[in-house]
Order: sequence, then structure tokens, then C-alpha cells
Amino acid sequence: MNRDPDRQKIFTRRAAMLAGGKALLLTILAGRLYYLQVVEADRYATLADENRINIRLLPPPRGRIIDRFGVPLAENQQNYRLQLVPEDVKGSDIDEVLSHVQKIVTLGDNDKRRIIREVRRNRAFVPVTLKENLSWTEVARIEINAPDLPGLMIDVGRSRSYPFGPQAAHVLGYVAAVSEKDNDDDPLLKLPGFRVGRAGIERVHDLELRGTGGSSEVEVNAFGRMIRELSRREGQPGAEVMLTLDMGLQEFIARRLGEESASVVVLDVRTGGVLAMVSNPSYDSNDFNRGLSTAEWQALVNNERSPLINKSIAGVYPPGSIFKMVVLLAALEKGVITPEQKVHCSGEYELGDAKFHCWKKHGHGFVDATEAITESCDVYFYEIAKRTGIERIAAMARKFGLDSVTGIDLPGEQGGLVPTRGWKRATRDEPWHQGETVIAGIGQGFVLTTPLQMALMTARIANGGRAIVPHLTRAIGGQAEEIKDAGENPSMNISPTHLEIINRAMDRVVNHPTGTARRAATGIHEFPMAGKTGTVQVRRITKIEREQGVRKNEDLPWRFRDHALFVGYAPVENPRYAVSVVVEHGGGGSTTAAPIARDVLVEAYRRQSLGPGVPVAGVRAPHQPGSGDAAEKPADRPAQIVTQDGDRDT
Amino acid sequence: MMRSRLSTPELTIGRKLISINWLLVLLITAVAAVGFAMLYSAADGNMRPWAERQILRYCVALVVMVIVATINIRLWLRYAYVLYFLALGLLFAVEIAGFVGMGAQRWISLGFINIQPSELMKIFLVLALARYFNASAIEDIGRLSSLIVPIGLIVAPSILILRQPDLGTAIMVMMSGAAVMFLAGVRLWKFALIGVSALAAAPVAWQFLHEYQKKRVLTFLNPETDPLGAGYHIIQSKIALGSGGMTGKGFMLGPQSHLHFLPEMQTDFIFTMLAEEMGLVGGLALIVLYTLIITYGFIISVKARNQFGRLVAGGITTTFFLYVFINIAMVTGLIPVVGVPLPLVSYGGTVMLTLMIGFGLLIGVGVHRDVPVGRRGEAEGR
Repeated sequence: MNRDPDRQKIFTRRAAMLAGGKALLLTILAGRLYYLQVVEADRYATLADENRINIRLLPPPRGRIIDRFGVPLAENQQNYRLQLVPEDVKGSDIDEVLSHVQKIVTLGDNDKRRIIREVRRNRAFVPVTLKENLSWTEVARIEINAPDLPGLMIDVGRSRSYPFGPQAAHVLGYVAAVSEKDNDDDPLLKLPGFRVGRAGIERVHDLELRGTGGSSEVEVNAFGRMIRELSRREGQPGAEVMLTLDMGLQEFIARRLGEESASVVVLDVRTGGVLAMVSNPSYDSNDFNRGLSTAEWQALVNNERSPLINKSIAGVYPPGSIFKMVVLLAALEKGVITPEQKVHCSGEYELGDAKFHCWKKHGHGFVDATEAITESCDVYFYEIAKRTGIERIAAMARKFGLDSVTGIDLPGEQGGLVPTRGWKRATRDEPWHQGETVIAGIGQGFVLTTPLQMALMTARIANGGRAIVPHLTRAIGGQAEEIKDAGENPSMNISPTHLEIINRAMDRVVNHPTGTARRAATGIHEFPMAGKTGTVQVRRITKIEREQGVRKNEDLPWRFRDHALFVGYAPVENPRYAVSVVVEHGGGGSTTAAPIARDVLVEAYRRQSLGPGVPVAGVRAPHQPGSGDAAEKPADRPAQIVTQDGDRDT
Repeated sequence: MMRSRLSTPELTIGRKLISINWLLVLLITAVAAVGFAMLYSAADGNMRPWAERQILRYCVALVVMVIVATINIRLWLRYAYVLYFLALGLLFAVEIAGFVGMGAQRWISLGFINIQPSELMKIFLVLALARYFNASAIEDIGRLSSLIVPIGLIVAPSILILRQPDLGTAIMVMMSGAAVMFLAGVRLWKFALIGVSALAAAPVAWQFLHEYQKKRVLTFLNPETDPLGAGYHIIQSKIALGSGGMTGKGFMLGPQSHLHFLPEMQTDFIFTMLAEEMGLVGGLALIVLYTLIITYGFIISVKARNQFGRLVAGGITTTFFLYVFINIAMVTGLIPVVGVPLPLVSYGGTVMLTLMIGFGLLIGVGVHRDVPVGRRGEAEGR
């Protein structure tokens, strides 16, 4: 009955079959391992590194902006941030900690909602920022209370800061958060909190100031927590940009202008370097970095004195009498008048059935070229403008940098306008009228210039007709920009004799008893100023008003008052500085603008003789336009000549 | 017959201890030691929480194994059904407790140790089947009706385990049972018949699967469709394995394991960690150790001079093989993740105890290879 040998035989056979099957399956496992670990090893090694290695960008410190003497104008300040690490809040809950924190620093309801949202969304070891830009007192109070505030820490970041606030804001511009439009390939732009230059030098030299980002390879675990740093590649810090600006002078001007809505530009006539460029009122670049509230933004936008606009390069004004130098040069170069030839001024000038008035009601009598500039006789310029023709005038204006952007290294520059026949036909499809040439002769009508163009024009007169180009950048990263001295700049091919006549006349404007700016002389023997006044009427005075009696400029609402202009240079011999002053609705060029120009040039001189780091001189109270300089204005004019009328200099 | 009975008197404890296959015990200890090292590494170089307890458990289980090995094999035959039904009863108890408690419950707490009846069932089913086929003559096995009892023995616990739900263990129980039937000489075409009917029942069984089990099967078929969800484990496991390369990242230096990309590295995915840290060389070395143990099992089963011993040895060896194969195939992405630990290496108390009882029985078969075993465990084989 016992069939054990049979069963054993069957068992042995079956066991061998089973063992064979097992051996096969184990071989398959070994093969699979070989496939994964040898054949596919590289692929999985890559995947593994992707798993565990995170590349983090290290933002480079933004380059500083300094003035010509090394005074920092834009730098990076420590920004103390209060952060909360949720996982370290042991025992107590987040609300409890937040209510503790609120006793020390103020947190709005919005902040609280954001914080709680971020705490929920992130993993517990990711710090959540409670508040940025802590003050020193806040930092100190948090540190003192640290034992009662689990999970709180103070993190130090960098934020852009402008020590001079609004005083050079239009030149420096500001930085702001990256927007959708900034789509260059720089990975830095994707960093949260990264700032790019939005205006001014910050924008023009954004790439140089930005530097290149470094990177840090960190090992992270499956939850994203950093374990250790594997490698680190330091980036290139942003380059330091040195400007031609003299911040001391800039500061002086900003304070001198006070509340005026004005622009002052100071150029080095030999190089074109901008020593000062003030547009008033201004804004504080720091506010833009911090982020403006809607109300603050609205206040800036709606301010009638337009603080957001850099008036020096983007404000366009009729140059008024300042344009007379260009007209006279055009006339002399064309030969339609000689310096000695006189023109009679009776106080009015007739052209066809139109009548143009001189600012001096009863006229200047017979005036030659020098006298015409010195006393700013309008009739003389009506006459020579008519003789010269608009095309010649425009050509001369363009030589001096009008009618096109000067090419300064700032964004948003306006080119102004010098009209020509072709321009009028192209833009208005109307023929040119001779009356328009006549009115252009005194820098009104269609002519528009920026304060920078006025300063540039003056500088090119002062340096003997060299076509310098205005610029703000002196060096980037210690590498000096290529800057030509006056003699190396191309000549504008204007007769030195004619330029000399202009220079002498401008000298007399300030330093001659009959000059319109005689009260603005520097009083410094070795540093006399030459210049030219200009007063631009903003609003037409109607015939009825004229008949009813003249209203004084000061009686008008601010926005209807005249613009006060002055351009000048100093010293008269071997000039060094050129300045343009435009005071919007400031009254008369001689009463308001000329004294400012004088003070600015004297300060520049003082700083030059004392060297760098000179403390700013005390500033006199902003000059108020005196009474009694409001003259009667002729205004009747044929309807087709749509323009303001003659300027008046007192 | 008489002669064999006379020549093999009751063995003394001392003789039994001497005849234990100590080389096999050494191999088992070697594999367990690999486990200790990996658990030490998994805890970033700490004995706690895993390595220390695992060593303690192994020591206890080693004693249990030796005791099991020295118990007369006839005694095991006599109590085979008792043990089987005890385990089945425990499975029922777990099922009821599962109803009472919440969700899936797989273990019963005996105070000092938690017991998974499904693990014990793997061993006791082999014992029960071995007893059944030990009593069957070859002619009996040929009859289709004779398969009703063994199939019933296999299916009853399988259904209970599936309901827990523990797909991996259920498959192992069924395959171990099938292996014993195969070794006992059940015709191959009958397996084919069972296979076909199982396949026909598959859609029905699919309905019984829990949602997460269905998901596991589906994500196995295409893990990349759900890289952060259910497919995450398989992908991460393959990445860790693959990046280990030929020689590995070094002991305790496996980045994927230590940075927690690898799920459950101390239990089901411990082989992945080993292969990441020790590379192909380490992985193959462990497989070779397993192969040697399986080979010893085969030799013991073939050398046994009683059918019960042969079937027990063959069944237990196959169970052990299934642990090894299913786990490694699972972590290398060859089969779905079904939750089978790597024997002797993965952290876990019941599995360790079950395995060591199994090895005790296997060695016991070797110790008692010349003991004649009757139908009901009497000395005279009939």
C-alpha cells in the first residue's frame, strides 16, 4: 500500500521543475537590476539629481550710483524683515503669536489675512514675512521680547535707498518690481522681490547696475527643505555708476528753488557733463521702491506742478527771448544785417495788416545787434527774422541742439520743435505765413525747447561753437566713459566774430546798466556771468482786457502767469559753466530766473574753488517776483497767427 | 520497514541540535544582519527606532526557530489541522474586529505582540495541505473530487485575507497552496483548469477589490500618468535604484532614501535603499544569499524520506521564494505594489516570527528526515 517511492519520484521531479521556475524568476530579477542600475543608470542618476538638487538664484547687490566726488546717490540699505517660521511656533497657535506681535509692530487686517493664508499654503518650515522695513526701535523691541515670541526671526535683506530723497529723483529715477513687460532672459527677473530700474539713470544703466546672478545648488529633501549647499557660484555684483552730477550743487539748487515749479540745468561747457539737473517739485525715489498707495499715486499724478515729469528734459517751453541769440546768429551768418546796422524800434512792428508789439511800449529807438540783445528789443528781431527767413533760423537752431533730442543718457527726453515750412505743411497742411517767421524771431509761436536744450544752446555759444553732447554718466564700474573736451568736439562752423558779438551782448545783459539782468550780476570780479533773460506769456491778453486796463501778472491765477526764463554762463572769459533756469509761471525772467541762475553759478564757483565735499551754502529765501515789472502787452494780432505775443524783459 | 523504525529511535534533544543544518542558520542570520545594517542606515545611523528592535526580535525568533526545529515532525502533522483552523478562526476574529473597529484591520493584539493571522496562515496552510496530501495515495490525487478539500483549504483563508484587504498576502497564500498541490503531484491540466476558471472569475474579483487596490493595479500599468500620486512610489523607487549604479552611493549615503523621496524605506522598499547604497553588487549579493537559502530548502525537501516532510519543506521554501520575488519584482517595477515585505530584512515583527517558524519547520524536516510518518502522524507510515 505504501507507494512512497512513487510519491518521492513524483515529488523530486516536481520540486526540480519548481526550482527551475524559481531559478528563472530570480534570474529575471537579477537582469532587471542590471537593466536599472547599469543600462539605465545615467538616466536615473539624472532624475535623482533633479529630485534632490534645487538651484537657487543669488541676487547680486545692485551697483551704487555716486556723484562726481563719490557721494552716494543710490545705495543698498539693510532691510530688516520680521519673519515667522510656523513650525517653530510650539505650543501656541499662530493667532496667539500674531496678537503678541501686534503689541510691538502694527499689522493691518490685510496683512493678517495674507499671513494666515501664506502660513496655510506653505510648508511649516517656509518663513512667512510679517512686516518689511522695520525701524530700529521695532527691531530692538522684537529682540527684547524674543523669548516670548517663538518662531519669530528677523531677516536682513537689501533694499534700494536714495539718501537725498527727492533732490535728484528725476536724474536717478527709481527701481520697482518686475512687470510682465520685462521679458529679457535674465533669470534674476523671476526672483520674487527683485527690482529693476524704471526711470532715470536706474533705467538707462539697469543692466550694468543689475550685475549677474550667482547660483547655489542646494540639496533638498522630498518636502523641499534645504539639507545642505552643494556648490555655490557667486554672481557679479552690479557695477557702480559715477555721474557727472555734483550733488552738493544739486542740493543747493533744489533748496534754492523751494516751492517753485521750475527746472535748472547746469552744464560743463567744455565737456557737456551735467553738473546739476533739478526739476521741481520732485518725488521721493524711496517711495517708489517701497510701493506707493493709490492715494499717494493720485496725489502725484493730479498735482498741477507735475512732480512726476522731469521738466529739464521732458518739459517743453517756448524759449522766448532766449531764442534771439539763434536768430541773430542766423541773420549775421546769412549777411542780412551787419552788427553795426541799426533797426528802428517804435514799440510796434507792422507786417501787412498785422501789428506786432515790442515789450517796451514806446520803443527802443535805433538799436544795433548788441543793443538789441542787451535790451531784448523785439522789433529788431521781428525785422531780422523776416529778412533771414524761417528755414535759415531753423537750420541755425538745429546746430545748437534744438528741434531734436540732445542724446542725454536719460529716458523720456523730448525733442522740442523749431518750425519750418515743410513741417507746417506736413503736420497741418497749411502754408507758412511770414507773420509766423516774425513771431519765431522772438522765440514764440511754434518754437518749443526743453530746459536742457536751452542750457546746451548756451554752452555751445559759450564754448566757441563746439557741438558738445550733454551727458550724466562719468564712469561705469570704475571705467571712465569716453568724454571729449571742448576742443575735441566737432565745430559747428560758425564765424568766431559773430559768436564774439553774441558773447559780448550776453555779457552786457548782466553787466551793463541797460542790461535786462543788470540786477543779477555776480559781484565777483573774477567770475562775472553772461546771460539772457526770457519771459514767456502763457495766456493771451485779450483786446478787451487791454482796454480795461492791464492786470498785473501777480493778480492772475498761478497757472496763467508768465514763465520766467534765464540762460547764462560764467565766467565771461573762458567760460566753464552754462545754466538754464525755467520757472513755470514765475513772472519775469529778469526778476525771478536771473537771480536763481546767478546764485547757482556763484555756488558752482564756490564749490570749484573749495574742491569736493564742500558743504552747501546757506540758501536765501526763494525770490518772489517783484511788483512793477509787469508791462503792458501788445496782443492784437491777425487771427491766423495763433500764438502768444512778444516777451517782456524788465 | 521494521528496520528503519529500529534504526531511527526517538532522537534526543542533543542529537537533534547537532543535526540542525547550522550552515542554513548562518545564511539566515547573514540575511537578517543585512537587514539590521539597512535599518541602521534608514534611521540615519541610529539603532533606534528600528535596528535595535529588529535585532531583539530576531534573537527571540531564533530561539523559537530552534524549538520548532526540534519538535517531532509527527507532532506537527498531528496538530496541522488544529493550527490551520486556529489561524482561520483568528482571521475571522480580525474580520469581526474590523467591523467593530474602523477600516482595515489585520492584526490581533496579544498584549506583548501584535499578531497578523494572515502571516501565520501562510505556514499553517502549508502544514494542513501537507497533512492532507501525506494521507492521499497517488491514485487518490488523480481523482478530481480529491481536490475539493485542498482547494477549500486554500480558498477560505484567501477570501478572508482579500477582505482585509491584503492583496499581496492573499496572492501569496494562494500561490503557496498551489505549490504544495503541484509538489504533491496534482496534474498540470488541473492547474490549467483552475487557472482558466480563476481568469473567468477575475472580473468578479475586480468588484471585490477596494478602490486603492484597483488604483494600484492601474498605476502599475502606467505609473508615469500619476507621478505625484499613486505612481510616485514606483517612480521614486526606480530612480533610487537606477541612480545607485554598479557600486552604489555608499552605506548610509543614499540620497534618495535619506531625503525621504523613498516611501516606507524601512519596510517594503528596503531593497531599493540597499540597491541605492550598495549598488548592483549589493543587490545581487543579497539575491545570491536568498538563492542559497532556497537551494538548501530544495535539498532538504528532496532528501526527506516522508511525504509530509517533503511537502512542508517544499511549501515553505516556495513561500519564502514568493516573499523574495514579489518584493523585489515590486520595487523594481516588474509587478504592482502589493505590500509584501522583503523577508528577514524588512522591519516587522510578525513576518519575522512567521518566517522563523517556517525555517524551524524546514530545518525540523531536515532533522527528522528519516522519521517515518503515518497518515495521522503515527510512527508507522501507512
